[in-house]
Order: sequence, then C-alpha cells, then structure tokens
Amino acid sequence: MLVQTKSLSFSYPGQETLTFPDISLAAGEALLVLGKSGSGKTTFLNLLSGLLPPKHGQVILDGTILSELRGQRLDQFRASHLGIVFQKPHLIAALSVKENLEIARYFVKTKGNPIPSLLQELGIEDKAKASVATLSEGEAQRVSIARALVNSPKLILADEPTSSLDDEHAEIVIHLLKEQAITVGAALVIVTHDQRVKASISNIVEVKRR
Amino acid sequence: MNLVKLSWKYLTFRPLSTGLNLLLLAFGLSIITVLLLVQDQLEKKITQDAAGIDLVVGAKGSPLQLILSSVYHVDFPTGNINMEEAMRISSSRLIKQVIPLALGDNVQGLRVVGTNHDFLSLNQAEFASGKPWEYPFEVILGAESARLLKLQLGDSFLGSHGISVGSHDHEQHPFKVTGILAPTGKGIDRLVLTSIESLWYTHEEADSTLSSTINLPVSTQGFPPAGQDREVTSLLIQFRNPMGAIQLPRMINSGTSMQAASPAFEMARLFELLGIGVKVLQGLAIVVILIAGLGIFIALYNSLKERKYDLALLRALGASRMQLVALVVMESILLTTLGAGLGLLMGHGLLAVLVAFTTEEAFSVLQPWVFLPQEGLIIGYALAVGFLASLLPAWSAYQTSIAKQLTK
Repeated sequence: MLVQTKSLSFSYPGQETLTFPDISLAAGEALLVLGKSGSGKTTFLNLLSGLLPPKHGQVILDGTILSELRGQRLDQFRASHLGIVFQKPHLIAALSVKENLEIARYFVKTKGNPIPSLLQELGIEDKAKASVATLSEGEAQRVSIARALVNSPKLILADEPTSSLDDEHAEIVIHLLKEQAITVGAALVIVTHDQRVKASISNIVEVKRR
Repeated sequence: MNLVKLSWKYLTFRPLSTGLNLLLLAFGLSIITVLLLVQDQLEKKITQDAAGIDLVVGAKGSPLQLILSSVYHVDFPTGNINMEEAMRISSSRLIKQVIPLALGDNVQGLRVVGTNHDFLSLNQAEFASGKPWEYPFEVILGAESARLLKLQLGDSFLGSHGISVGSHDHEQHPFKVTGILAPTGKGIDRLVLTSIESLWYTHEEADSTLSSTINLPVSTQGFPPAGQDREVTSLLIQFRNPMGAIQLPRMINSGTSMQAASPAFEMARLFELLGIGVKVLQGLAIVVILIAGLGIFIALYNSLKERKYDLALLRALGASRMQLVALVVMESILLTTLGAGLGLLMGHGLLAVLVAFTTEEAFSVLQPWVFLPQEGLIIGYALAVGFLASLLPAWSAYQTSIAKQLTK
C-alpha cells in the first residue's frame, strides 16, 4: 500500500478527542473523505499531510512513517512526497504562473515533472508568463493543481477543491485530479462536503463526530 | 527560481513603497557622502597648501582673512606692509626662511602673485616648459592658469588691478610668459607668478627712474632691493625651531604695526565654526536614514501581513523556517544595498554638479569621483539599518504556522 493510516486520533486543547477511520490506498487510487462542517475532516487532512502531529496512530506514506518525522525532515518529506491543493489557490501574487511552479521546485531540488508539459496537460500553457492576478478562478485553481503535481508526489491531497466552482468546472477539476494522480502514480485524497464529487469517486469514507 | 530572486520579485511587486524607501535611504546616504568627500578633500587641500608655512605676517586685520588671502588665495588681502619693517622682522634668528608676497593684481580673475623663486620650491613646483622669471614683467603660469588663459610660452598679456575681474588694465606693461608649471594639485596651479618688482613697476607711472631699472635682472631670493618706500602684502615664514612659534607671534603682534597668524590655528578655528553646520547636516542625514529604516520596517511588516498565506504556503512547499527568515532579511538587505549604491552615486553626482556649476574657487578644486575607504562604512551602516529593520518581520515570518494559515 502506498498510503496507510492506523487508528489516527487528534484532540484540540480542551476539546473532545477526534478519531478517524483507517484508510489505505494504492498508487492511482482515489478516495473521497466526506463530512459536515466541523466534523474534523480538515483536521484529518492536516494529519495526513503532517501539518499536525496525531495524538495517537500513524500515517505511513511510501514506506515512511510520516507522523513520526519532525522539523526540517518533515518539511522536506512533505515537499517531495505530497502535493496539496488547498481550498483557495493561494498563489504567490508577486510571481508569474511559471515562477509559482518553479518556487515549489526550488525547495525540493528534484527533477519532477517538466513544467511546460504540466502546464500543457492542464490547458494553461499560454498563461505561463502571465501574472497570477490576471487569471480567472478556474485557471488559478488549475495552476494550484499544477503546483501540487510539480514534484511528482506520491500522495495528492485536495481540500475542498470544488467549493468555489460551478458544476461544470467542479467536474473538470475532479477529472483532472484523478487523471493526474494516475499519470504520476500517486494516491489521491479529496476532502470535501461537496456532494457533487460523489458522482465521480466511488471510494468514500465519512468523518463524523461521535 | 531561488530565495534572492523571490525576494527581488516581492520588492518589485510593490514599486511605490520600495521606490520611496529606496529614495529616502539614498538621500540620507548621499548627504553623508557629500559631507565626507568635501570634508576630506578640503582638509587634505588645506594641509597641503599650508605645508612649509608656519606663520604668515601681514597688515593688521582679520587673521583668518590674512591666511585665506596669502596661503589659499581666496579672500582679499588685509592691506600692505612696509617692506623695511618686514625686513627687520625677517632678520630674527628664529626664522629659517621668509618668502615675501605682493598681491593685488589679477589676469581674468586669476591672481597675480609677486614673489621670489623660493615660492616655487616651497610648493615643490616643477616646470612643464620654460624657466623662472629673471627680468621685470616676466611671468610663469600655474598649470590650471595656462589652461584657462590659453597662453603659451612667449605670449604676452595684460594684468588688471585688483583681486577680482572688472578693474582697469595695466596697459603700459604687458606680462610675458617665460615658464609654465606642471600640475601640482595645489593652489599654485591657479596662480600667475612673477617678481615683486614687476608688480611695483606696473603700478608706477612711466617716469625716468623706472626706465633705468626696468631692464635689470630682478632679485630671485629674499627681498628685492628697495630704493624707496616700498611695500609688500605679506610674508610666509618658516621657523628655524619651535621657539619661533612661541616668541615670534607675540613679538610681531605687539611690537610692530603688522600681525602674525598661524595657518594651522586659523584653519582649525574656521573648521570649528563650520563644524556646527556640518554636525547639523550630519544629524539631518542620520534622521533621514532612520526614517528610511522605519519605512523599510513598516513596509516589510505590512507586506508580511498580506503575505502570511504566501509564507505558510512556502513552508508547505518545503521551505524551512530559517529560509523564510532569510527571505525577509534578504528583501531588506537587497533594498538597502541598492539604496547604499544609489546614495553613493547620488552623493558623488551631487558634488559633480556642485563643482560644475559653482564659480566659487574653493569648490572648484574638489574632485567628485574620488572614492574614499570610509564610503565602505556608509554601505555598512546602510546594511545595518536594513538588517535591524527586518528583524521583527523576520521573527514573525519564523513563527508562521502552516496549518493555521492554510486551512482556516
């Protein structure tokens, strides 16, 4: 298995403990994590990406116990093995589209996906030199997906990637993520409360407060 | 793409704020640069021109004026002194050398100095061509004078009365160039030198007594022989031993109708007076630099607020905390380095403009494109300001929490 979690739990100070279902994914597989607002699905995503350390349990990615890494090694591991698509694109406004991808490459110092072909696959090759401010929301979302893919990650995490998109674009984005996960041989986890995504991904877990 | 490039992108992303801080910093630094250059060069020049002159004796009046007119050739002379009295003083055992000067004429604004050949050795002047004067009305030109007057060996020209341009010409006795000096970088470059006799004779009406002496060689050492009541303007004196510094001034000031002034003392006094102005300007420059530092700090701090997502994102992309700190510090250092470079350039440029457009002789000797080692210190100051201004923003960048910012 490429990605596995074992009896993950987390608690914010002064709040009840959240426990999460175990998941396991192979390369190219997609998983949808559903849950209502406040159910802890963002926390689950943060645990998967190592942004938060779990109270109990483990996250194992590509043979490494991610949840036991700390500091600089965790940062480097995350940068080289994970591609995260955030709820908002969070592009760096001072940089062009191409430079936004190059900066992601800089911190990892690996070869990864060639940037021009990546942009081409996502249909934004003509925007490579464009300022981020001139992009439409859909284009910006695609750039952020391209950025998540630029270092050939093993796990692609997407946090509410469709919440601000219309039906048509939501479907395009989900399709893109699935396709790219298969292309780079990564597992895909999408965390959302958007019921529209259900139609495209059959593998579903639900996060609930007990 | 790397950190330096990224911080450069951030700088150029807000050109107005960056430009303003850059200008402020450059402005403050340019004031300091100009002060530094002017002070250094004037001081060097002043010591250089007064080398070998321990005391100046001239007519009573302002001692500073006497020094300025006789040593630096900028102010008007205080008047003339009786040569017999001057010769009496000069016989003192405390005096090693006396060079008499006769001032009061000019050639198109360049001063004519009547003196003897010792004045040339005092200034370590060497001839580019020709030789020293031997007869009345023969002159030699300083390098700069020759260039400005466009005169060559053997040319003749008229002097005019007074220190500055505008008085009547001495039409009866044209000067003749017998020598041109090589450049020395000293005040002598801008002088026209001749014998004291030449100046005496130009001021006399043509009469019988003159025609007999006018074709005789002039004296080249000491005082010229005086057949009648002659006057000179001042004496440049070199002491034989340090006792001269103690006894001579008192003796001259109280015992004669002349005054003695020390170039070192008078110039120190002048600098003390100017020093207040220099200090005010320096203070102003430091305030401007501090404001620039504050401006950089505020700009960084504000832009970090807008950029907290960027910072969290960079962390998520694998940047370490120290890399974020480096990014912020680098941005400030880049800005201040540019500011320092621009400031130095502006300082030198300002001085070049000042020198090019001023008619004031004292400024025209300044060389705007000479660089001093202290200017490295200016860059150092600027970098220190930039570094200090970035510390607090860098600390807040260090504390960036990825999870909090990105998944809010």
